Amino acid sequence: MIKIHNLSKKYAEVEAIKSINLQVKPNELFGLIGPDGAGKTTLFRILTTLLIADSGNAALDGLDVVADYKKIRELIGYMPGRFSLYQDLSVEENLSFFATVFGTTIEENYDLIADIYKQIEPFKKRLAGKLSGGMKQKLALSCALIHKPKILLLDEPTTGVDAVSRMEFWQMLKKLQQKGITILVSTPYMDEASLCDRVALIQNGQILTVDTPNGISKSFSKPLFAVNASNKYQLINDLRNYDLAATVYPFGEFVHVTLKIKNPDTEPLKSYLISKGNKEIQVGAIEATIEDCFMELMKNGERRMNIEC
Amino acid sequence: MNIKKENIEIYVRNLVKKFGSFVANDHLNFEVYKGEIFGFLGANGAGKTTAMRILCGLSHPTSGEITVAGYDVYKQTELIKKNIGYMSQKFSLYEDLTVIENMELYGGIYGMSRKHIRERAGELLSRLQMEHTRKVLIASLPLGWKQKLAFSVAILHQPRIVFLDEPTGGVDPITRRQFWDLIYEAAHEGITVFVTTHYMDEAEYCDRVTIMVDGRIDALDTPGLLKERYQAANMNDVFIKVARPDFQLTINNEQ
Repeated sequence: MIKIHNLSKKYAEVEAIKSINLQVKPNELFGLIGPDGAGKTTLFRILTTLLIADSGNAALDGLDVVADYKKIRELIGYMPGRFSLYQDLSVEENLSFFATVFGTTIEENYDLIADIYKQIEPFKKRLAGKLSGGMKQKLALSCALIHKPKILLLDEPTTGVDAVSRMEFWQMLKKLQQKGITILVSTPYMDEASLCDRVALIQNGQILTVDTPNGISKSFSKPLFAVNASNKYQLINDLRNYDLAATVYPFGEFVHVTLKIKNPDTEPLKSYLISKGNKEIQVGAIEATIEDCFMELMKNGERRMNIEC
Repeated sequence: MNIKKENIEIYVRNLVKKFGSFVANDHLNFEVYKGEIFGFLGANGAGKTTAMRILCGLSHPTSGEITVAGYDVYKQTELIKKNIGYMSQKFSLYEDLTVIENMELYGGIYGMSRKHIRERAGELLSRLQMEHTRKVLIASLPLGWKQKLAFSVAILHQPRIVFLDEPTGGVDPITRRQFWDLIYEAAHEGITVFVTTHYMDEAEYCDRVTIMVDGRIDALDTPGLLKERYQAANMNDVFIKVARPDFQLTINNEQ
């Protein structure tokens, strides 16, 4: 449904995206996961025909983003990262404006947005600028959907949104996917990756990997351990000074550790921590999260860059 | 740093803030102790920013008894501002000034001597291993470096309390962890840290966490005790149970 081939874009000296290749299948919920400055927005702006790439090409549903830009604009629904509705129009006016621009009416496609729009309908006379963050997000999604697009492009819809609202938003996306829409969504929150069918991890304008969330977790190269003890500050410092520790990253309640040896026995690690005076020590083997994998791939990327330099 | 309950840095009793008939903060009560990392969580619109602005001396409460670093939020806002540091994701440093110019500017505003600024700048830059960036424009630094630098600038004048408003939003996972290393170090040296975040794993790094819901504080305790009380596996579950008790999780991750 979306085909991206060797796409590159520079802003002056800065390479925003470097030879990106990516394919999104019909009706897929595809996540583009990466921090600020990774190139996510540049990619979205090219796909939505708002920006022209320096080289490479991209097609949506077989239509080229440069040659067929007018047709693509009818085909897609786009929710940019920054709230971009008319603040001085009401909720209802915004929605009917977007419907009119695309030559349709709210009534005609109400079914598609009903679940989402119902939550803000009680405030339909309120100016969009006076809505709370969560309500703005729902209105923006309604406006992006009102012309019944085949493909939905969402640039960081959940940034700065609290954990509960983020989950509600993902529930809405799942429902839209069930209605046959192909969805490309970007996010800096690694934990949202598991909610996608497939994800691309992106950093510094390059794709680190593309796979199912499960496939990415399985690709983690080393045994991974979750370690805990009563004094976390001490635990982290001790782990970092441990000769056999390869990586030490705090992960919420635990510290995730990989070792320099293969198939390691964790007893030496435990005895080391005990000898340093740690108490209530827990060590358990765990499966890598997307965030573990992202950090491993980031480090590999940096190492490759250093060798090239 | 051993946190002692007698060293109260922020004292809040019955804080109420109204905007017209809307109650943004509804009788908040809490204390923050010296050297503590205090996590301030809540859903969007729960009233976190309102409370934080009051504690920073930028807005007056409608009623309540509140002191920050021992100073009264009604009458001594200038003294409060001198004794706190502030950093947010949105505004941090001047892009068209160099690293050292930013430090001189902020140090100057806080009334530090030239000599003192030089000393502190050297100390903080060496800790970040960023001495070589002294004369580099902020605009040309990667985002992660900027955020770490912004934190150092916020504690340049050795404030008693530093307020961090979503300091790690959008930052890559490695930098996010390095940022928390800086927070830990600052707290270890006795700076009190008051931090908001939407990353629930970061809530686990706090000594104590509050969760605001509709202008009230509905939960306040250590992450461990909160998880116990709400029978939750992690802080994300605690947050959902507190912020939205009626929330039904219907996404199934069958992959």
